[in-house]
Amino acid sequence: MFKTAFHLPEQRHSGPLTDSKHLRTYAVLVTILALLSTGFTVGILLWDNPTELFSDGWWLIVGMRRDSLLTIGLVALCHAVATIAFQTAVNNRIITPGIMGFGSLYTLIQTGTVFLFGAAGVNALVGIGPFFAQMAAMMLLATLLYTWLLSGKFSNVHIMLLVGVVLGGTLGSLSNFMQRMLEPSTFDVLTARLFGNISNARTEYLPYTVPIALAVVVIFWMWAPKLNVMALGRTTAQNLGLNHKAELIKILALVSVLISLATALVGPMMFLGFLCAMLAYQFGDTYSHRLLFPLGALAGYTVLSGSYFILRHVWDAGGAVTVIVELIGGAVFLYFILRKGRL
Amino acid sequence: MITLTDVQKDYSSSVQIGPVTTKIEAGGITALVGPNGAGKSTILTMIGRLLDIDSGQITVAGHDVVNTPSKAIARVLSVLRQENHFVTRLTVRQLVSFGRYPHSRGRLTLGDERFISEAIDFLNLTDLENRYLDQLSGGQRQRAYVAMVLAQQTDYVLLDEPLNNLDMQHAVQMMKQLRRAADELGRTIVIVLHDINFAAHYSDRILAMKNGKVVQHGTPAEMMQDHVLSEIFNTDVTVIDGPNGRLAVYY
Repeated sequence: MFKTAFHLPEQRHSGPLTDSKHLRTYAVLVTILALLSTGFTVGILLWDNPTELFSDGWWLIVGMRRDSLLTIGLVALCHAVATIAFQTAVNNRIITPGIMGFGSLYTLIQTGTVFLFGAAGVNALVGIGPFFAQMAAMMLLATLLYTWLLSGKFSNVHIMLLVGVVLGGTLGSLSNFMQRMLEPSTFDVLTARLFGNISNARTEYLPYTVPIALAVVVIFWMWAPKLNVMALGRTTAQNLGLNHKAELIKILALVSVLISLATALVGPMMFLGFLCAMLAYQFGDTYSHRLLFPLGALAGYTVLSGSYFILRHVWDAGGAVTVIVELIGGAVFLYFILRKGRL
Repeated sequence: MITLTDVQKDYSSSVQIGPVTTKIEAGGITALVGPNGAGKSTILTMIGRLLDIDSGQITVAGHDVVNTPSKAIARVLSVLRQENHFVTRLTVRQLVSFGRYPHSRGRLTLGDERFISEAIDFLNLTDLENRYLDQLSGGQRQRAYVAMVLAQQTDYVLLDEPLNNLDMQHAVQMMKQLRRAADELGRTIVIVLHDINFAAHYSDRILAMKNGKVVQHGTPAEMMQDHVLSEIFNTDVTVIDGPNGRLAVYY
C-alpha cells in the first residue's frame, strides 16, 4: 500500500494516505515529534550533571538517567499501542483501558496479595517470579472481565462507560477496604509499591519487561491489517471473514499484558493512553495501524520525556511527572468530550 | 443455492423466528418481503452468519455457514447491514478497498486495485472516490457500502434494506445497479425490501415472511395478486396494471 503511494502518484490507488499532501503532513509530524523527543532525551541524559565530564561518577549518573529514559519509552509505547488497539477492538475512541478500570484491577491484585499473605506478602511481591505471577493474574482477570463486558452485551457507549467507571470505583473501594485492615507498617510498604513514578521506577524489571513489551508490540504490528478491519465494527469485520469474538479476546489479552507491564513500572495512569491515541488520530487522520502506532508512541514519548525534563531538571520535581501528564491527559479528555458534545 | 433447513431463532419464549425451511436459487435477485417483525432481517443476518442460529442448518453454495471457517465464507458470501457507522475516517476508495480483505488480507495487489476501481465505477462513484464518507450524502454513502461488498467478488450478496433513507431517485438508481450486478456480473442477490412494488419490478423471486415463517415464495407474477398480498401484509391490497407491470395499491 505504502509503496504504491510513492511510485504511482498518477494512477488510481488505495492506501492509508490519500495523497501526497497527506503523506507530507504525516512525515513532517513524525519528524517534528522525533526531533523533539531526541532533544528531550539528550537533555535528560546530559543536562546539569554536577560531576566532571566522562568521569566514573558522570557515567554512573548518565546510566541512571538512561534507565529513566528506558522507563519513559516503555511506558509511552505500552500505553499508546495498548490504547489504540483497545479502542479499535471495542470500536470506540473514548473509552481506554485506564478509564475502564485496568489500573484499579492492578491495585486490587497488589493489595489482595498483601492482604492475604500479610507482611510476608510484601516481600513476595518482590522478585521476578511473583512479578510474572501478578502479570499473569492481571492478564487473566482483565481478559475475562473485559471480554464479558465488551463483547457486544452493552452496545451503548454510555452504559459501557458507566459500567467501566463504576467497576473502577468498586475495585478501588475493595482495595481501600483491605488497605484499612492492614497493619500500618505493611500498609506503608504497599503504598510505596503502588505509587510508582518515573524517578523511582522499578528498573530491576526492565531486562524482562522490555523484551516482553517489544514482543507484544511486534505481534500487534503484524496484526495491523486485521486491526484495520476490526476498526470497522463487528458486522463489517465478520462479513470480511474475521471471527470477531476470538479476535477481541486475543487483542484484550495482549492489551492487558502491555498495561500491566507499564503499571508495574510506574503505577496506574488513567489518561496517558487516551492522550497518545487522541494525538495519533488527530495528527495521522488514517485508519492504518502501522501509521497510528508509531505516531501515538512518539507523541507519548515526547509528552512524557518533555514533562520529565522540565519538571526534573528545571523545576526539580521529578516525582510529579505522572501526575502532571495525567493532568494534561484529563484536560484533553474533557476538552474533547465538551467540544464533540457527545460520547 | 442457499438452503435453510428448520432454521430457528428464539428471541424469547413468545418471540420466535422459524422454523424456516426453504431454498433460494442461485442467480438473479430474491427479495425478502413482509410486515415489520416478520423475521426478514433475522433470516438474512443468519444466512450471513452475523447472527447465531439456535437450531437448524444453513448452507450457501454447499458450505455450512456455521461450521465453515468465516474466512472461507467471506469469499463466497458478502452481507451488508442496515446501519453502518465507522469510528475511523475513510475515503470511498479506502472503504471499498476493505472489500478485498478476504482475498488480499491487507496486502493489495494490482489485481485488487483493478477490482476496487471496477466496483467504484460500477456504482458511479468515480468522481467521489477520494472523498471522505462524512462528506457524502446518505445515498452516496449507501452506494459506497454496496461498492465495498461488490468488490468482495462473492457469488452471493446479501443486503438488508439498502433502500432505507433513500429518496425516489436514489432508490431507483440503486435497484437498477443491483439489477445490473445480477445480470452482468452474475451475482446472486438476496435483499430485504419494504416496498412491494420495488420487489415486484426488480426482483426475480419474492420470498414473503410473516410471524417468523415463510408464507409465500414465488415469481413476482405469482405474488402480485390481491388475496396473496392482503394475506401477507394484513392490509387490503389491490393490484392494478401499471405502465411498467403490475402495481400494488394499498392506500
